Amino acid sequence: MSRTSTKGIWKVISASSMGTMIEWYDFYIFGSLAVVISTKFFPSDNPTAAFLSTLATFAAGFVVRPFGALFFGRLGDIIGRKYTFMATLLLMGGSTFLIGCIPSYETIGFLAPLLVLILRLLQGLALGGEYGGAATYVAEHAPVGEKGYWTSWIQTTATVGLFISLMVILATKNILSAEDFDTWGWRVPFWVSIVMVGVSYLIRKNMDESPVFAKAKKEGTTSTNPLKESFGNRYNLKFVLLALFGATMGQGVVWYTGQFYAMSFMKTVMNVDSSQVDGLLGIALLIGTPFFIVFGWLSDKVGRKYIMMLGMLLAILSYRSIYKEMYNTTNVSFKTEVVEKTTKNVETTKNNDIITTVSKTYTDGTSYTEKKTDFANKKESQTNISVKINSEDEWALIFWVFIQVLFVTMVYGPIAAFLVEMFPTKIRYTSMSLPYHVGNGIFGGLLPAISTYFVTHAKANGKADFYLDGLWYPIIIASVCFVIGMVYIDNKNKTNHL
Amino acid sequence: MNAIKRILGVLWVILSIAAAYFCVFEFGLPKFLSDKQDDLVFGIIILFILTPLIVLGLGTFGYFSMIGEYDQKK
Repeated sequence: MSRTSTKGIWKVISASSMGTMIEWYDFYIFGSLAVVISTKFFPSDNPTAAFLSTLATFAAGFVVRPFGALFFGRLGDIIGRKYTFMATLLLMGGSTFLIGCIPSYETIGFLAPLLVLILRLLQGLALGGEYGGAATYVAEHAPVGEKGYWTSWIQTTATVGLFISLMVILATKNILSAEDFDTWGWRVPFWVSIVMVGVSYLIRKNMDESPVFAKAKKEGTTSTNPLKESFGNRYNLKFVLLALFGATMGQGVVWYTGQFYAMSFMKTVMNVDSSQVDGLLGIALLIGTPFFIVFGWLSDKVGRKYIMMLGMLLAILSYRSIYKEMYNTTNVSFKTEVVEKTTKNVETTKNNDIITTVSKTYTDGTSYTEKKTDFANKKESQTNISVKINSEDEWALIFWVFIQVLFVTMVYGPIAAFLVEMFPTKIRYTSMSLPYHVGNGIFGGLLPAISTYFVTHAKANGKADFYLDGLWYPIIIASVCFVIGMVYIDNKNKTNHL
Repeated sequence: MNAIKRILGVLWVILSIAAAYFCVFEFGLPKFLSDKQDDLVFGIIILFILTPLIVLGLGTFGYFSMIGEYDQKK
C-alpha cells in the first residue's frame, strides 16, 4: 500500500468514525439521562412506572433499529454508502436536538411523552442505518488482510460515544447546580449534539464514494432489490442467520452487560452514587477502548472467530463471579460503622409527607445515606439509598468494569470485518446491518429490561443472591451463540467477499 | 463435523420450540394480561418481539442445519 493511500484511508477512518461516534453519543445520552427524563416526560406520581416507561422508550429505540437497518441498508446498496450515511447522521442529529427542546409533561401534557417516543424511534432508525454504512464504507476502502485493523476504529466509536456522553453529562452536572441541572441543564447534552453533527456533516460531504461500490455501480452489477436478494435467497439467508445466532446475538449481550448493565447494576442494585458511577465507568472505558484496535488487528493475523468466541466464553464463565465481587465491594454489611457519626434527620414537607434521612459513615470512608419518604396521602413510602464509596473501592470497581470491557473488545473489535466479509458488495449494507442490529438492538438492547425483571423477581422471592439473577439472560444467550459460533463458523471464512 | 452440525440442528429446533413455550406461557402471557403497566410493557416486548425472533429465526437456522445447508463442501 502506498503512502498516499495510507493517508487516504486515515481520512476515511476519521470522517466515518467521527460521524458514527456522534450517532452513538446521541443515542446514549438518552439512556444515560433515563432517570431525569422519566421525571420530565412521564407522569411523576409513580416513579417506578415512569422509569419503566423510559426503559420502554429506550427499548423502542433499540427495537426499531433493525427496521432502520433494512430501510437504510436498501438505500445504501442502491444509491451508495456515502449519501445514505450522511442522511442517517442528519436524522439522528436533528432528532437528538429536538428531544432537548420538548417542553415537559407538566407544560404540554401527553404530547410530551408522545413526541419523545417519536423522536426516539427516529433515533433508532438512523442508528440502524449508520453503523452498517460506516463499517462497509471503511472495509471497502481498506487493503486486503488489514480489514480487521481498519474497521476496528469504527468499533471504538460506540464505546467512545458512550464515554463522551458520560463526560458531557458529568461536565454539565459539575458546571451547573443540582437544581439548574434538574430544571433545564439536562437538555444541554442534547443541544451539544447539533454542533457536532454539523461539523461531521461538512467533513463527510467532501468524501468520495466507496471505490468497491463505485466500481460495481459503473459496471451495472449493483442490486435492484437488495431486500429480496438478502433475505429471499436461501443461500444468503443462511449466512444472515449464522451471523445473527453465531456472532452478533452473543456479542450484543456481552456488549450491553459490560457497559450498560454494569452501569445500571452499580446505580440501582449497589446504590452507588450516580456521579461516581459515571466517572468510574468513564475511566474503565478509556482504559479498555484501545483493545478494540488490538483485537481487530489480531483478528487479521489469527482469524476473527477464535477471538470473538474466546471473549464470549470468558464472559460466560466469569460474569457471576465478577458481579459478586462488585456487589461485595460496596456491601455495607461487611463494613464497620462509625456509630458516633451516624445522624438522623426528620422533616415534614408542606404536603405533610415525612422525610427521614439517615446518614452513616464507615471506617473505610464509605458513606451511606438512606432517605425514606412517607407520603401523607398515599399510605405508602419510598426509600432512596445512596452509597458514596472510597477511592480504593472505586478502583476495585474500575478494575471489574475494565475486565468486562475487555470481553467487549474481544467480541466486538473484529465483528465489523467479520460481517462485511460475509456478504457480497451488491447486498452488503443490507445483509450485514440486519443481523448486527437484531443482535445488538434486540438481544442486547432488551438486556437491561429483562435482567432488571429477573433481579426484581428473585428479590421478591427472597433469594439471597438475587442481584446475580439478572446475569442469567446474557449467560444463556451468549452460551447458545458460543456453541453455534464454534461449530458453524469457519475461521478461514471461505465466503470472504472482500 | 457435518454430522454434528446436522444433529445440533435438531437441538436448535427443539430449543426454539421450548423457548416459544417458555416465552409465551411462563413469561409473556401472564405479564401481558397483568394490570400493571410495567408488566404489560415487559409482556409486549417478550410476546411480540423476542418470541417471534427466537422461534422463527432459531427454528429456521435449526432447519437449515438439519438439512445440511451448513455442511462443509469438499
